[in-house]
Amino acid sequence: MSQTTKIDVLITGVGGQGIILSSDIIAETAIASGYDVKKTDVHGMAQRGGAVTSHVRIAGTVASPLINEGNVDILLAFEKLEAARWAGYLRPGGIAIINNHSLPPLSVALGADRYPTDAEVINLLKQRIDEVYLVGGTGLALKLGDARTLNILMIGCVSAFTPFTDEAWKKAVSELVPPKVRDMNLTAFDRGKEEVHNARV
Amino acid sequence: MIKLLSGNEAFALGAYHAGVMVATAYPGTPSSEILENIAKFPEVYAEWSTNEKVAMEVALGASYAGVRAMASMKQVGLNVASDPFMAAATTGINGGLVVVCADDPGIHSSQCEQDNRHFAKLAKVPMLEPTDSQEAYDLMPLAFEISERFDTPTLVRSTTRISHSKSVVNVRYNRPATSPTVAFKRNPEKYVMLPTSARLRRPLIEERLVKLAEYSDVFMYNKIEWGDRSLGIVSSGIAYQYAREVFPTASFLKLGITYPLPVKMLREFAAGVKRVIVIEELDPFLEENICALGINATGKDFIPRIGELNSGIVAESCRHARLLPKAVPLPPIKSDVKLPARPPLLCAGCPHTAPFFVLSTIGKRSLNPKVKDSTPKESGLVITGDIGCYTLGAYPPWNVMDTTTCMGAGIGEALGMEKAGLDDGRKIVALIGDSTFIHSGITPLVDAVYNQGHFTLIILDNGTTAMTGHQPHPGTGVSAKGEPSQAVDIEKVVRAIGVQNVKVVNAFDLKEVRDAIRTAIDSNQLSVIITRGGCSVLLKKRTGQMAIDASKCNQCGVCLTIGCPAIQTAGDQPFIDASMCAGDACTVCQQICPHQAIAAITTDK
Repeated sequence: MSQTTKIDVLITGVGGQGIILSSDIIAETAIASGYDVKKTDVHGMAQRGGAVTSHVRIAGTVASPLINEGNVDILLAFEKLEAARWAGYLRPGGIAIINNHSLPPLSVALGADRYPTDAEVINLLKQRIDEVYLVGGTGLALKLGDARTLNILMIGCVSAFTPFTDEAWKKAVSELVPPKVRDMNLTAFDRGKEEVHNARV
Repeated sequence: MIKLLSGNEAFALGAYHAGVMVATAYPGTPSSEILENIAKFPEVYAEWSTNEKVAMEVALGASYAGVRAMASMKQVGLNVASDPFMAAATTGINGGLVVVCADDPGIHSSQCEQDNRHFAKLAKVPMLEPTDSQEAYDLMPLAFEISERFDTPTLVRSTTRISHSKSVVNVRYNRPATSPTVAFKRNPEKYVMLPTSARLRRPLIEERLVKLAEYSDVFMYNKIEWGDRSLGIVSSGIAYQYAREVFPTASFLKLGITYPLPVKMLREFAAGVKRVIVIEELDPFLEENICALGINATGKDFIPRIGELNSGIVAESCRHARLLPKAVPLPPIKSDVKLPARPPLLCAGCPHTAPFFVLSTIGKRSLNPKVKDSTPKESGLVITGDIGCYTLGAYPPWNVMDTTTCMGAGIGEALGMEKAGLDDGRKIVALIGDSTFIHSGITPLVDAVYNQGHFTLIILDNGTTAMTGHQPHPGTGVSAKGEPSQAVDIEKVVRAIGVQNVKVVNAFDLKEVRDAIRTAIDSNQLSVIITRGGCSVLLKKRTGQMAIDASKCNQCGVCLTIGCPAIQTAGDQPFIDASMCAGDACTVCQQICPHQAIAAITTDK
């Protein structure tokens, strides 16, 4: 990622993937590290299954909670189609970290639409940025013993590109995940941070 | 103490620290979390009310009894509550009364986009608008003080982006240690709004408004921020943040009270800058009221009046109005790939699935991709719908909703269609959820009994207010505090109203649901079917997940037409994502498969 005095993170995915908790953790980590933060979640009217985005803005002072098109520094996508959809929000020099996982909308199963190929998704992103990371997050989370650790694993990936200490990250994770699954999530965080460096495409 | 709080969390904490004793609400996006957060404080009585009108009345009663009270609701909730709200504006209050209403610019989760700032002018009451969570917290104690000082309900207006954004809050107040004295002093001239006393109250309202306007001029959250004097921007709420980002060096008049306006401050500001513009979301509310003072201001001739703003839209609009230099756009992303949309869906294991599938097939609305010419045909049913998760039934593959207007409207509409003489062979069915039925479905059902309707009403009872986040309601027997309470029995209510044909069915039993719906619509009598089945999101343990045996499956595609998101396809072969499947709590796909290819996964454990 090229130099910037602010970090605008756009998290995208599907309702039920743990997106809102992950943006809370990013925001808490940034505050504890001395930054101003605003975050906002954009979701539709259903409990599950619809597209969800969360904006996290980190800087010396932040006015608007919403990130404008062409300004995203880090696109964190929990699902491939939801990465492609937001390519235009990236700024040149930004990065995209994508969970290598497809959740086809019902219209695809019904044969009315086609799910984009990996090459198509990556092509859309690479028109704007160079650094695209495709992480096998869902598979790794399952190996750790719980698919629900995906969001913390993806946060581990983000942590590799921020100025915050691992200590600050892990404190926020520990405070915001349920105590019963804390250790598993801390392992997921480490795994994500490691894995992202091998995931560039 | 520094905390990261959403606007709704900050409203709740601010009210708590202001000493609120009674808090009421009906859930509605984006306002629901206000009451959810207040309910956590043991010193505060908090309730989910039957609907917003009742919420307002309970809060008003508490205020009459001398304690600080608040009601919170979404923008259309204030329509429902407008009768007691307008009356409260006339009687005034005793203990401070604050009404928090959250507008939904951009219509993220509502049936309309309405600018509730007009309600302040209509009711002639003061209105406060925060620009972030800190102000949401800080303004609440002031809202109660203003209410008590001026004998008026105070309207605090939020929007989705204020309510659902988190920002840093300095939590600087404490709740008063002592509770107020509860006392109601009889005062018919103030509290009994017979015309004789309402007429006496009427001039007091106008006097109050004059005093409020004077107060607005000295209110600490109405503030001139001098900068570059060539441009002066008047703004409030979240629009202020967008405007600040776009014009970091301009002069600002930031309004915390947006009704009534600070007249002296506005004149001073206008005199101090070359040009005044107003940046506000939705209607030109501030602009029109400022122009009415004879101050030359513009805004809505270049800022959109439809939808949610952001700083990009504000910047682009201001470039168009030559207030900013042209920007060099980023090269657009070129692609021939059409990305499929992802509309919200019913969840796997949703209890609405079977009723919708049945209505879809009876109504000949189903769409099986494997069968040629399976596009929806002219339906045998007219289905008036309502507001909840089940409104998603309007989408494919079900297409089972022909109207959705406002809470409870579907039942009256069904009767209206019938009484209009709709006589083209189609049967009329109304659909409503349990929480919406209790909110405002009972009175139209009374109307249908009294006026001899002949349609079928299906109450989709999932035992919760699902769409807004599973709040309990009077039918659940659980209070807003999570404590057990008396449950209102929907079946008994329906029978007591006088409906003769009432049938309660298991929402997951396809045959039972089909038989009940068939019988009801063929009977040509007013019939109520209650389909009972718990919301799948609240399922504690999932067992007996289904799988498709590819050796028995002939890829007919029928299972795809129930619209379960766990049923997906790999090429032409459908399969079930076991991590999503609700298993033996549902089994609708197993019941529907014509080739018995779907069964629970057997494990050796």
